[in-house]
Amino acid sequence: MVSASALNRKVLRDLRGQWGQVAAIALVLGCGVAAFVMAANTIGALRRTQQEYYDRYRFAHAFAHLKRAPESLVGRVAAIPGVSQVQARIVVPATLDVPGMVEPASARLISVPDRPAPMLNGLFLRTGRYLEVGNRGEVLVSEGFARAHRLEPGDSVTAILNGRKHRLRVVGVALSPEYVYQLGPGQILPDDRRFGVFWMGHTDMAGVFDLKGAFNDLTLTLAPGASEPEVLRQLDDLTARYGGQGAYGRRDQQSHQFLENELNELRGTALVAPSIFLGVAAFLLNVVIGRTVGTQREQIAALKAFGYTRWEIARHYLKFVGAIVLVGAVLGVSAGAWLGREVTALYTAFFRFPVFDFALDPLVVVLAVGISVAAAVLGTLTTVLRAAALPPAEAMKPEAPVAHSRTLLERLGLYRFLSPAVRMMVRQMGRRKVKTVLTAVGIALAVAVVVLGSFPKNAIDHVMETQFGVAQRQDVSVSFVEPTAHGALHELEHLPGVTRVEPVRSVAVRLRSGNRSRRVALTGVPAAAALVRVMDVRARPVPVPADGLVLSAKLAEILGVRPGDALTVEVLEEGRPVRVAGVSGLLDDFSGTTAYMDLAAVNRLMREGDVITGAHLRADPARRAELYAAVKNTPRISGVNIKRDVVDSYHKTIGENVLKMRLFNVFFAAVIAFGVVYNSGRIALAERGRELATLRVLGFTRGEVAGILLGELAVLTLIAVPVGLALGYGLAYALIRIAFDTELFRLPLVVSSATYGFAAAVTLASALLTAWVVGRRLTELDMVAVLKSRE
Amino acid sequence: MTQAVFRARRLTKRYRMGDVEVHALRGVDLDLYAGEFVVLLGASGSGKSTLLNILGGLDTPTEGSVFYGTDDLTCGDERRLTRYRREHVGFVFQFYNLIPSLTARENVALVTEIARAPMPPEEALGLVGLADRMDRFPSQLSGGEQQRVAIARAVAKRPDVLLCDEPTGALDVTTGVLVLEVIEKVNRELGTTTAVITHNAVIADMADRVISLRDGRIAGVKVNATKVPARELKW
Repeated sequence: MVSASALNRKVLRDLRGQWGQVAAIALVLGCGVAAFVMAANTIGALRRTQQEYYDRYRFAHAFAHLKRAPESLVGRVAAIPGVSQVQARIVVPATLDVPGMVEPASARLISVPDRPAPMLNGLFLRTGRYLEVGNRGEVLVSEGFARAHRLEPGDSVTAILNGRKHRLRVVGVALSPEYVYQLGPGQILPDDRRFGVFWMGHTDMAGVFDLKGAFNDLTLTLAPGASEPEVLRQLDDLTARYGGQGAYGRRDQQSHQFLENELNELRGTALVAPSIFLGVAAFLLNVVIGRTVGTQREQIAALKAFGYTRWEIARHYLKFVGAIVLVGAVLGVSAGAWLGREVTALYTAFFRFPVFDFALDPLVVVLAVGISVAAAVLGTLTTVLRAAALPPAEAMKPEAPVAHSRTLLERLGLYRFLSPAVRMMVRQMGRRKVKTVLTAVGIALAVAVVVLGSFPKNAIDHVMETQFGVAQRQDVSVSFVEPTAHGALHELEHLPGVTRVEPVRSVAVRLRSGNRSRRVALTGVPAAAALVRVMDVRARPVPVPADGLVLSAKLAEILGVRPGDALTVEVLEEGRPVRVAGVSGLLDDFSGTTAYMDLAAVNRLMREGDVITGAHLRADPARRAELYAAVKNTPRISGVNIKRDVVDSYHKTIGENVLKMRLFNVFFAAVIAFGVVYNSGRIALAERGRELATLRVLGFTRGEVAGILLGELAVLTLIAVPVGLALGYGLAYALIRIAFDTELFRLPLVVSSATYGFAAAVTLASALLTAWVVGRRLTELDMVAVLKSRE
Repeated sequence: MTQAVFRARRLTKRYRMGDVEVHALRGVDLDLYAGEFVVLLGASGSGKSTLLNILGGLDTPTEGSVFYGTDDLTCGDERRLTRYRREHVGFVFQFYNLIPSLTARENVALVTEIARAPMPPEEALGLVGLADRMDRFPSQLSGGEQQRVAIARAVAKRPDVLLCDEPTGALDVTTGVLVLEVIEKVNRELGTTTAVITHNAVIADMADRVISLRDGRIAGVKVNATKVPARELKW
């Protein structure tokens, strides 16, 4: 026992003797663990919260919107095999006039049972009370909107409902599993100020919208084992004659889709970041343990001579490694828990759950420690085993002298131009090719991490710039309550300050090719559109021909079609005509799955006259307030979208988060650069201390010696930077493929030169700082000792 | 031999080794003259290495003075000592201390490149009899050959003084004699003031003067009337 504790003390002293390197490796490892704990824990928490919320509040499995159907339809829907529960309701868009807000806000009104009753997409009441039968105009309001406007029970807002102004009195604040992520029409990010969901008593709402004994929206749950596609198909058939707009499942439900998308992105983070860090940590551990074992050969021999077994020696070095892993894991778990808390707080701003708290999952901690141990073992096991297997007599002898040979450069005769100091450097690198390459790769990874963390901002900025700066030149977009004759444009033209109007015809359709299909909004754009132009991510105009469809490339990929192919267009509106249209072009766009067609062609397809569903307006900025007031009072308009607000809300929400993320990435990159450079420097110093001290004795100055020691690292860093930039670009591409190439979003691969410069600067600065720290150690070189010692 | 190259007075060196204070030198007076060959003889711990280190500008005395010409070597200015070593001193170590990643020629070039008026590396290597092994790496040379490269490296810059610390300590007799012959030749042909420290009394016979150290003090100085050529030495 005594001897065991003596060995343990040796572990502690070895750790203390190399504390700088130990700390550097623990830090790199800690970053990997932290990223993993943060991402894995958040995935777990988000998933659990989602499941519980969905289950307890009965989030529906299938959804269908229609024009108007009698309540008798409900029984027939319930009879579809596999359907468990059905809820019929009324869902209507509306324009709101909120006190203290110049521009109109958008709302979605949803009917709920008159009395509290179990319902699908159940409401969680945060404050206030449920609606009371007979009290007209009472509503429950979604939490985000209530917070944004400080609405409390007793307050009221004005809405235009079915062409008439109504006063809605708030009696409670609620949340629904249907609106965990709440996006208004035309919004690209949640904007709680400008979009809210209101729940109103069914009888009350049916009265306002002339839907007594009828409804216009269905949600239903499925029995376990039911076939969703089959239920959707039958639901579709049943609702068709009532103006059904196509049934869809959770997969196409907006809130659910965004939540899943986020989980997918987190999964990417949980995979990519820890792999980078743990890989670097494994490499560093390998180098340090290799060096430690190398200098302790005689000690190993002595221990073996005393009768220590192989296993005891292996265990001794594994303890050394284990201690580093332990420090890294403790650091990482704490940092990961902190990061997780931050991310959770961030999510509560985007995702509305009744309760969404951060709790560190012990399983995630165990897993994190497990993978860091695995990485460490992977990095060190061979070296440790080789040390343990050394026969005592051999271990007593110093390691075989370092043999050098001519490098390729030399055989090419290029050495003539190099000074001996530079030759030392080149041969040193040539002799340890693997280590040299891995060191450069490590530094390159630091550069890549910065690129990876910074490029999303470039990409999103690019999207904002091309979409809202170049392609879209309208100020306001409005949508009508229902398809309207082209003449309605004149009404819009006469609104205050409006200088230009451009019509839009949007039709809900299902595009089908063979057995693949997607519900999309087919958008009819006028020939020579000037306000909202169809452009791809690179801001190149994509012509919409007089006939045929222009599809998002993503949509074409999903449907498996190419230009020239024909598609079945199932119109999900009035009469449900089924037509055929050719794909005339593809559009590389950044979000959603859209289909464009010439407006006249849409009218022809629909066999209707000049019908439009909305318009884009350009208006005199000076008369904005007047215009907004007029829009609020135009009964025909059910939805308003103000471009400037979209852009502003983007800058407010995303801007801040992107900055935070970038800071983290800079920290991560600095840790990697520091870890790699510091370790290489310290090892080089340890391995070549004698050589360097000899040079000092021979009259080389401290600066010259530092140059020889650090020159190698400088060269590696300079090689690594461009490699890292390229690697960053490649990883950005991979990240886009993994996490940012979905039906919802597609980030273009845009990396600005500022990002490249920044990534290089961060890494060079970290390397320089680290080199300075290592260089200071040169003053400790003992010139006298070196003369007396054998290598 | 009238001009003193080094003049040391009352040199004292104390340093701490752990908790123990070591008295390495206890008041040494010493003059070294231009062109002479001096052997500093003493057992381990006698203070000979400390003395050589101070003369070589690697260490500074605790008390006393040491001048190289008019240069004060006690100043402790690291930069000045580095320049002094660079311009005036050639070192030969017991374990050669060659740079493993450089060939013999490059090891020599390493020093000639920072010297003011060096001889070509090839000439220095010719002087030590290694003209045919210039492009070998240290790992491809025998111990004696490595030490001769080290000597070539030390003399190539035409130093004013050559300091050798147990140059034959790691070599067998035959090789050791070969190395001593080279040092002898450098002293004779280039006129370099040479100090060799050794615990091997036999080597003392090839010196102009033998200074014996014991316990940090000079125990005796002996002038050899006739020098024994290195090749006749045996131990």
